[in-house]
Amino acid sequence: MLATLNAPISENSLQVVYEYPESLSPVVTHYCPGCTHGIAHRLLAEALDELGLREKTILVAPVGCSVFAYQYFETDGCEAAHGRAPAMATGLKRVQPDKTVVTYQGDGDLVSIGAAEILHAAARGENITTIFINNAIYGMTGGQMAPTTLPGQKTTSSPFGRNTTMTGNPIRMSELLANMDGSAYIVRRSLHDVKNIRKAKKAIITALKVQMAGLGFSMVELLSSCPTNWSIQPEKALEWIEDNMVPYFPLGDYKVRDEVNGL
Amino acid sequence: MAKGTIVINQDRCKGCGLCPTVCPQNVIFMADDVLNAKGYHPATLVDPDEQCTGCAICAVICPDVCITVYRETPAKKHAPALA
Amino acid sequence: MAKELLKGNVAIAEAALRAGLEAYFGYPITPQTELLEHLSKRMIQLNRVFLQAESEVASINMVYGAASAGVRTMTSSSSPGISLMQEGFSYIAASDVPCVVVDIMRGGPGLGNIQPSQGDYFQVTRSAGHGDYHPIVLAPASVQEAIDFTVLAFDLADKYRHLVMIAADGQIGQMMEPAELPPMRPIRTERPEWALTGAKGREKNIVTSLFMQPEEEEAFNQKIQARLKIIRKNEQRWYEYLTEDADLLVIGFGTAGRIAYSAVEAAREKGLKVGLLRPQTLWPFPEDRLSELADRIRGCLVVEMNAGQMIDDVRLAISGQVPVNFYGRMGGMIPMPDDILTAIEETLTRLYSAAGLPI
Repeated sequence: MLATLNAPISENSLQVVYEYPESLSPVVTHYCPGCTHGIAHRLLAEALDELGLREKTILVAPVGCSVFAYQYFETDGCEAAHGRAPAMATGLKRVQPDKTVVTYQGDGDLVSIGAAEILHAAARGENITTIFINNAIYGMTGGQMAPTTLPGQKTTSSPFGRNTTMTGNPIRMSELLANMDGSAYIVRRSLHDVKNIRKAKKAIITALKVQMAGLGFSMVELLSSCPTNWSIQPEKALEWIEDNMVPYFPLGDYKVRDEVNGL
Repeated sequence: MAKGTIVINQDRCKGCGLCPTVCPQNVIFMADDVLNAKGYHPATLVDPDEQCTGCAICAVICPDVCITVYRETPAKKHAPALA
Repeated sequence: MAKELLKGNVAIAEAALRAGLEAYFGYPITPQTELLEHLSKRMIQLNRVFLQAESEVASINMVYGAASAGVRTMTSSSSPGISLMQEGFSYIAASDVPCVVVDIMRGGPGLGNIQPSQGDYFQVTRSAGHGDYHPIVLAPASVQEAIDFTVLAFDLADKYRHLVMIAADGQIGQMMEPAELPPMRPIRTERPEWALTGAKGREKNIVTSLFMQPEEEEAFNQKIQARLKIIRKNEQRWYEYLTEDADLLVIGFGTAGRIAYSAVEAAREKGLKVGLLRPQTLWPFPEDRLSELADRIRGCLVVEMNAGQMIDDVRLAISGQVPVNFYGRMGGMIPMPDDILTAIEETLTRLYSAAGLPI
């Protein structure tokens, strides 16, 4: 038991109803206070536990704040080059199709440098699952503009606010990948409140089931916060997602192949 | 109402302040008088009247998996969907 | 197995299959593509993994994934594609996963052309990617050597958990000549214990090239350097011809070395005391043998299909004992034996006159 008891337990027996997931390593993460990466990690770990996948999962963590993700999961893991996780995952999956291969990628990694790899993984219907953390910024490098940075949003590389005539508009990757025949399950959820976090977990479980059933490419996009680089304290950052990101990146199911409903 | 409680692993807590904002019973506060090993003010349960129902909403929002939730009625172990 | 008339690219592909290749990922680029095409048929026939990727960048990262799962895996490309793969090579080199890469070099720089060239010697031996490391580099000069070095490449990759490159050129890839293929070797069934196969009944395995702590990174680099030292000691390979009494040693690898062989024969027919040293490993360079020979020869003539790159390694090995001369062609031009013979004669004239000997 990791938790240190600091509250009296009443005499009648108390059941644990919520505890540390087995698939999550017992270490403190390097993520900033209030960063929703931590929530996404926990949801993925809980999903792996519930589906009994921990011992056959390989996590592919590319460059980004989540580059250390393999330290935080009790699964085999590797670190892929920036943008190349879907390719590395393809190599890992094709030589051992019985294993569960998951890429955990940020928006800079997936939408910018890795756009070709994710597009072709979906086009091939690669039987891998991608957890796509969209926090509209490059976190690890200190807050630069990403392809998902919102119009007018200030970042360290769009100091006057993102100028869309100069840099174009944010890319809605779920909608784009939903058009790939190989995509079996492409949904966008958010982590900005408890209700949505629960929905996100269900989506992750479904996505993993899609992979287990070999139905093709599955991706769960998760709107996430970056309190440090947004310069917004954690609670307000979650509100910022709801007020600013959700309108631009509507939540919902963008591709759900028929067979997925039967899972 | 079911009785419950939570245990906050204060060494893991980064003082992000999210759990107090969602606790339906308002029994979680940021301990301004305590500093953990990393220098954060950790969250703490202040529940003299045992109002906590073990609903686990705090655990769902916690980005650092600091909170273990207990509930009196025998619940299916580890079924967050229940919470 | 009997000799067959085989095209270089096809021979390499078939040799890789027989050496136990389990997964191939590649991308079309002349003059290498027949290698990919051959595998696109055979790998499927043998129920192994074949995938044409969306780019060379994707290919090498797919290879990195398969290698991390502990299977025998390979990619192949040509100069511009190899440039695109360099980041991947560096990750592979920094994660101790065995891997084989075939580079069928072509005219450069830039898009260059599809003629054979050796203009990537530095790239494959010095800068196959960022950071301190060298792949093991094998340089075949015939279709037979291309076959033998392919099998050797897989064994060296596994032996040292290292990146091994086969540096051939467009001519070797495109030409056909009789050669003998090895028997089919069974695919391995177990995976190495470090492989990413799912943490079942064991601690989790991690494959990474990330070491944030400088102390850790230095320790890791020292481990690589120690391994390179062992490779440098054990794996130097070369071919030698008529060097016992040679006054002039001609040095060339791959196609240039093969053509130099004919020039050396022609020179011997004219009574000239000339020998040939043909490096078969570009890294580790056969420096030990060359420095031994340097005691006996008066000078050497380096022949390359570039502006002079291997010549640096020759100079390092000879370290000033004797003069080092150069003859090269670029842009995909192939040196003719007569041209090399002329260079041999000119060099000998200079050496003998410098030593005050009658020509």
